[in-house]
Amino acid sequence: METPLTRSIAPEKAPPDLAQYEKAGGYAALRKALRMAPGDVTAAVKEANLRGRGGAGFPTAQKWSFVPMGDDAPHPKYFICNADEMEPGTFKDRLLLEGDPHQLIEGMIVSAYAVQADVGYIFLRWAYKLAAQRLEQAIAEAYHRGYLGRNIAGSSYSLELHLHVSAGRYMCGEETALLNALEGKRANPRAKPPYPQVSGLWGKPTVVNNVETLCCVPHIVNKGAAWFKNLSRSGDGGTKLYGVSGRVKKPGLWELPMGTPIREILEEHAGGMRNGYRFRGLLPGGASTDFMIADHLDVAMDFDSMQAAGSRLGTGTMIILDDRTCPVGMLHNLEHFFAQESCGWCTPCWSGLSWVEQILKGLEDGKGEASDLERLQSHARLLSPGHTFCALAPGAAEPLQSGLKYFRDDFDRHIREKRCPWRS
Amino acid sequence: MLSEEEKQEIEAQSQHYPTTRALCIEALKIVQEHRGWVSDEGIADVAEALQMAAAELEGVATFYNMIFRKPVGRHVILLCDSVSCWIMGYDRLREHFRARLGIGLGETTADGCFTLLPNVCLGACDHAPAMMIDSTHYQDLDPDRLDEILAKYRMEEIREEKKEKRGPADGNTADP
Amino acid sequence: MATIHIDNRPYPVKEGENLLQQCLSLGFNLPYFCWHPALGSVGACRQCAIKQFKNEEDKHGKIVMACMTPATDGARISIEDPEAREFRASIIEWLMINHPHDCPVCDEGGECHLQDMTVMTGHTYRRYRGRKRTFHNQNLGPLVNHEMNRCIQCYRCTRFYRDYAGGRDFDALVLRNEVYFGRHQDGTLESEFSGNLVEVCPTGVFTDKSLKQHYTRKWDFQTAPSVCVHCGLGCNTIPGERYGTLRRIHNRFNGAVNGYFLCDRGRYGYDFVNSERRIRRPALRNNRSEPLQPISKGEAVQFLAELLANGTRIIGIGSPRASIEANFALRTLVGPERFYAGVSEQDGRLLASMLDILGQGPARSPSLHEVELADAVLVLGEDVTNTAPLLALALRQSIRRQPQKMAEKMHIPHWNDHAVRAAVQQEQGPLFIAAIADTKLDDVATEMFRGVPDDLARLGFAVAHAIDPRAPPVSDLPDTMRTLADTIAKALKAAGRPLVVSGMGCANVAVIEAAASVAWALCNTGHAAELCFAVPECNSLGAAMIGGAHLELAFETVLGTAAYTGIAADTVIILENDLYHRADAAAVDRFLAAARNVVVIDHISHATSARADVVLPAGTFAETDGTLVNNEGRAQRFFQVFVPQGDIQESWRWAQDLITAAGADKDDPWLNLDQVTAACAASIPGLQPILRAAPTANFRIGGQKVPRQPHRYSGRTAMLANIDVHEPEPPEDPDAPLSFSMEGYPNHPPPALNPRFWAPGWNSVQALNKFQDEVGGALTGGDPGVRLIEPLPAGKVGYFTNIPSAFERRAGEWLVVPLRHIFGTEELSALAPALAELAAKPYLALNPDDAAELGLATGDDSQLQLQRNPGQKYRLPVRLEPGLQRGSAGLPVGLPVLAGIAVPAWGKVTGVGQETPS
Ligand SMILES: Cc1cc2nc3c(=O)[nH]c(=O)nc-3n(C[C@H](O)[C@H](O)[C@H](O)COP(=O)(O)O)c2cc1C
Ligand code: SF4
Ligand code: FES
Repeated sequence: METPLTRSIAPEKAPPDLAQYEKAGGYAALRKALRMAPGDVTAAVKEANLRGRGGAGFPTAQKWSFVPMGDDAPHPKYFICNADEMEPGTFKDRLLLEGDPHQLIEGMIVSAYAVQADVGYIFLRWAYKLAAQRLEQAIAEAYHRGYLGRNIAGSSYSLELHLHVSAGRYMCGEETALLNALEGKRANPRAKPPYPQVSGLWGKPTVVNNVETLCCVPHIVNKGAAWFKNLSRSGDGGTKLYGVSGRVKKPGLWELPMGTPIREILEEHAGGMRNGYRFRGLLPGGASTDFMIADHLDVAMDFDSMQAAGSRLGTGTMIILDDRTCPVGMLHNLEHFFAQESCGWCTPCWSGLSWVEQILKGLEDGKGEASDLERLQSHARLLSPGHTFCALAPGAAEPLQSGLKYFRDDFDRHIREKRCPWRS
Repeated sequence: MLSEEEKQEIEAQSQHYPTTRALCIEALKIVQEHRGWVSDEGIADVAEALQMAAAELEGVATFYNMIFRKPVGRHVILLCDSVSCWIMGYDRLREHFRARLGIGLGETTADGCFTLLPNVCLGACDHAPAMMIDSTHYQDLDPDRLDEILAKYRMEEIREEKKEKRGPADGNTADP
Repeated sequence: MATIHIDNRPYPVKEGENLLQQCLSLGFNLPYFCWHPALGSVGACRQCAIKQFKNEEDKHGKIVMACMTPATDGARISIEDPEAREFRASIIEWLMINHPHDCPVCDEGGECHLQDMTVMTGHTYRRYRGRKRTFHNQNLGPLVNHEMNRCIQCYRCTRFYRDYAGGRDFDALVLRNEVYFGRHQDGTLESEFSGNLVEVCPTGVFTDKSLKQHYTRKWDFQTAPSVCVHCGLGCNTIPGERYGTLRRIHNRFNGAVNGYFLCDRGRYGYDFVNSERRIRRPALRNNRSEPLQPISKGEAVQFLAELLANGTRIIGIGSPRASIEANFALRTLVGPERFYAGVSEQDGRLLASMLDILGQGPARSPSLHEVELADAVLVLGEDVTNTAPLLALALRQSIRRQPQKMAEKMHIPHWNDHAVRAAVQQEQGPLFIAAIADTKLDDVATEMFRGVPDDLARLGFAVAHAIDPRAPPVSDLPDTMRTLADTIAKALKAAGRPLVVSGMGCANVAVIEAAASVAWALCNTGHAAELCFAVPECNSLGAAMIGGAHLELAFETVLGTAAYTGIAADTVIILENDLYHRADAAAVDRFLAAARNVVVIDHISHATSARADVVLPAGTFAETDGTLVNNEGRAQRFFQVFVPQGDIQESWRWAQDLITAAGADKDDPWLNLDQVTAACAASIPGLQPILRAAPTANFRIGGQKVPRQPHRYSGRTAMLANIDVHEPEPPEDPDAPLSFSMEGYPNHPPPALNPRFWAPGWNSVQALNKFQDEVGGALTGGDPGVRLIEPLPAGKVGYFTNIPSAFERRAGEWLVVPLRHIFGTEELSALAPALAELAAKPYLALNPDDAAELGLATGDDSQLQLQRNPGQKYRLPVRLEPGLQRGSAGLPVGLPVLAGIAVPAWGKVTGVGQETPS
């Protein structure tokens, strides 16, 4: 089984430096890409059927294709790597950032070349201190070696790359809020349209892609779209970093073919539930995905299959709910997170989520009433995509609506017994 | 007034951004790095240096949680309270802190050594529960591990104090 | 035009505009908060949710925000869709969970958009059981009250204050459901437009602090359409009265003039009407060593009638702050050749020159709205924020025109406010500011130039020459100025709607002529330029059109020093004018002493009235009707708000009474305002159109007048019950088609007669929507006012050639130049307690280098002596103004103790205690 993204990563060791990375075939994709027309790079990525790993699964090449190209296109154009990774339960980009920074940098340069971007930013969350160090080091090496800066590798293409370390807030991961954060403003999201590809950072054409997405790009250029598609067990191309946290025997992160079934990840890789704990459900791709339960264990973890099963692939890092953890408490924890991280821009989000949090707290504290469930239900419905300004609140509604569906009995018990049955 | 060092660091960052305004978050971080937190004076200093309105800068500073607009202790403990850590025992750790340090979330120990803050997911979910103290990550925590870690910081503090008392003449500044 | 289907019915809409605005324009009651016609859409509140369907087959549809969705031909939407309704109801419920239940004690109660929208969406019962979040409030100064708990996080306040008005000391802080709208710390809001927060905020977070001093609910105000009297722009207002006191000013939308906003001088200046300094009774003194004694109206008229009959040689002095009718009536009383304009020779020349330029030249004077549409601007010599504040607000919008075109190219509609701002970033259209000192618009200026008035004029002439070589060149022009002139010329020529702004602020005719030359040069080279002059008073242009010789000539006439005019005089009637604001105190003293009889008709006592022999109480704008001509040359009618107590009456009625009593009557006495207006229109060339400024007093709709009291007016039968249980009959109003009662035509009158904006279900200021054909556009029936002055076609007028020579510093002497202040410079508003607190205090401004040379620092006492009157010494604290040209000194003219000092003038500056160098 091929693991192109993580093959050079040894978690306890320092990442490959430039020389080591090159020795392992690194920056060959860049050299190759620079000999291709920018449009051909995009075409290869399209052919490979790469979908964004940031959570929404948007086809990457399609996203790039909205960037104005040609002589009269506005400049500078910007290319941004979204390394904000703050989705609870998610720890995949961190591995790529710490483990093989050159892979990401190469991915960024190649991708930036495809849209003829002039300036790149890696938007990194503040907590990833080690990643920051290693990225700085790698960026410096790349500049030194002529992979960044003017006339990259002797070509006529130039790219500046900067590392921006965020000052916190989940909201910054939303691509348009990220732009505001980079501009030194409050990280409120921006209206779409206009899309960032047309009017983004400082009003200029901008692409935002996730770390994992970008790490795939050099391999596609190197080995071709067909190879990339073949890595997958589903229609979406490539491998995927899957993670498991919670009370399993071996929590962790693995690069596996896209479309690996949940059960396989949970049992073969994570070793199944810890002794004394039983599986009750899971959030498949971070805090903002719908709960799944035992019925779903054979669903393939790819964008379309997960959608069909009523959830989302999200970030592909699952959180396991066991039988000794209160589902209402877990939801309370999740909704507390979302309410706290709301940027305060749109009403359903800043007000609705705080109400949801209040109700869940009430249930946990034994103060629940029957009408609370209606209220929660209606919030789950009302906070749906399109109703709110950005996807934060709809993300919060996903575990809420599915939690109510799958753990209804537990909610009822809280109200009936006027206490949380898991609290002694 | 910004110190020379602060000014230089901000200046260095300015190469990464086309506008002065975009520097403001970096500048706040730099001031915090030097002063521990961003006081009203810190806001005024940065606003002046970047020619921003204080209100505007305050709007930015109060948005981001890693800009501290209140004083913090010498060490800031960021205890992850997100879902995986919550499942894996966040509550116990929080209570353990209360027992050991006598502080709850958002509080600072009387000696000014530690501030305990809740924090969103630290990206260490497979090693939950997790926390950061200053820039260091700690994972797979339980109350015993916490005690060990706290003891380490306490020891360092005592060492620092002694060093200070002995003065620089002692010469030995290398960390063992 | 496009057709859309709303709930399955076709409607014509404007393609590309947002659906919320279009639905509102069609008359639908679609609730909203964050959207504002002047501020655009940002999609924050989500209150305007509707359903949009892909096509006829789509039965499912999806929720969209009407304010963020462009109207496209064939679009199908539903307002009534149950899901959309439910969502809108939820929004209100969410907004209300934290909103205090304090409507009964909230100043916004009864005119609260949040209240209206809550009722409209049907949210009635509370289901939220949690605690409400609470905030600290800030002390934001004397104008605006802060009550953050009521906030619904619609972001309108910051969008107005910061994005629209350029204020920087107020912002959104914190996040989630704790967003705080306020200042960095307590303190007076710095923006001159802060009072608009009161109307922009859809709930009671920001309320009028001056109203708090004498609070009244909206439904208890007696109101009438009025016009602001505190500068020359003529913003439309709605003053509100209760129990005989004027209690607040609200904006009265006029799409051509002030639109949605007022400045703080205009909003808060009204309190002078309630001042203790009001003249409320006639008074007389027989002997100048005695104080004035109150007398009855009859006695006063009788006394004056005798004076007039005894062959006294009388002259009249008019006023630029009195209405056309008041001035005309006095002119009629004394005779045109004995009528003097109430302005100094200097001001008179400036006004005459402007009238001439606007009426004889090719450049048109724009309305304030048209100023917003300009896409390249030169401001020559005017500190507009301080002399014509709303003009500054309009200019702030003009700089967005060129960038907006960039956004259009990116297919971002103009109303998508944040998207436009994100797309254009710091880009802005050209705005050049040449001024005496730094101005509050400098933050958005493309380039600035500082100089004394003559040098500003030279720059203007240089620009004109750079545009059209036929305009005379400026000799000895330094290279920097030439380069700047070229840059300005280039930007103006490249624009689609270039605009030149100037005015009386510099008190320099050359500046005005230079501004005209620039505009004319543009016109003469095929660029339709507009020319906007700021004038200081509410009827500066109107009074100038009536004419009359200048004040100094009146002085000389009485003193007998005038060169032969064929006129001698010993008695003077002064109309609504404090001459000490117009001329040097010594000159006024001499004049008043020389006149045997000094009669003052005014509403406020001042230095002039204190020295009068007879004082007659006039009504303020709130107690009278009349016509004012603003800087654009637009005649607008203001209407009486309430009936004053005692003997106060219109100045023109005093004049009429005297005419009648003296038996010197024309054929018929004037019985109402219309007759005065008509007589004036008939006899003064150019004023003919004022007849059309508003409907006449006999105008009726279905036989009814327009009621000044709303139909919710409370306590009418009880207000005087302690005196008499019989309800008094409402006073008659012979002058206006408005009644002092609740009875009358209940619907929309012609816009010039609108006493309020109210519609069923719309109790807040947003009811205005129902008075516009297209929401945000002109009032239904047309924006009020008639233009009196139109330009002559291009090329008729030769360029001005009187180019001043360059300023040269003089050793030991300073050119004293005028500085103006929004609060303090204008006489009446400075009497309002809230503004008095903010008014500028006297000072002398010096360039820091000059000050250093003089050994003076900020706050030191300096002594100023003007060359023309060295005996008079002014002791003033020093203020440093880096923008001031070296060799000049700035004097804040118009402040009470500095009123009447005519500058520019040369003078000496010394430190107090220092010897005056000989
Ligand atoms: C509230 C919120 C937080 C997000 N956080 C992240 C994040 O931390 N990292 C990320 O890559 N994408 C995040 N996203 C998704 C981004 O908006 C964006 O879709 C993504 O970066 C695009 O990259 P991709 O096309 O490569 O998937 C977030 C979205 C939302 C609504
Ligand atoms: S203060 Fe008023 S205008 Fe500002 S956000 Fe709150 S409700 Fe809206
Ligand atoms: S008015 Fe449309 S979202 Fe606020």
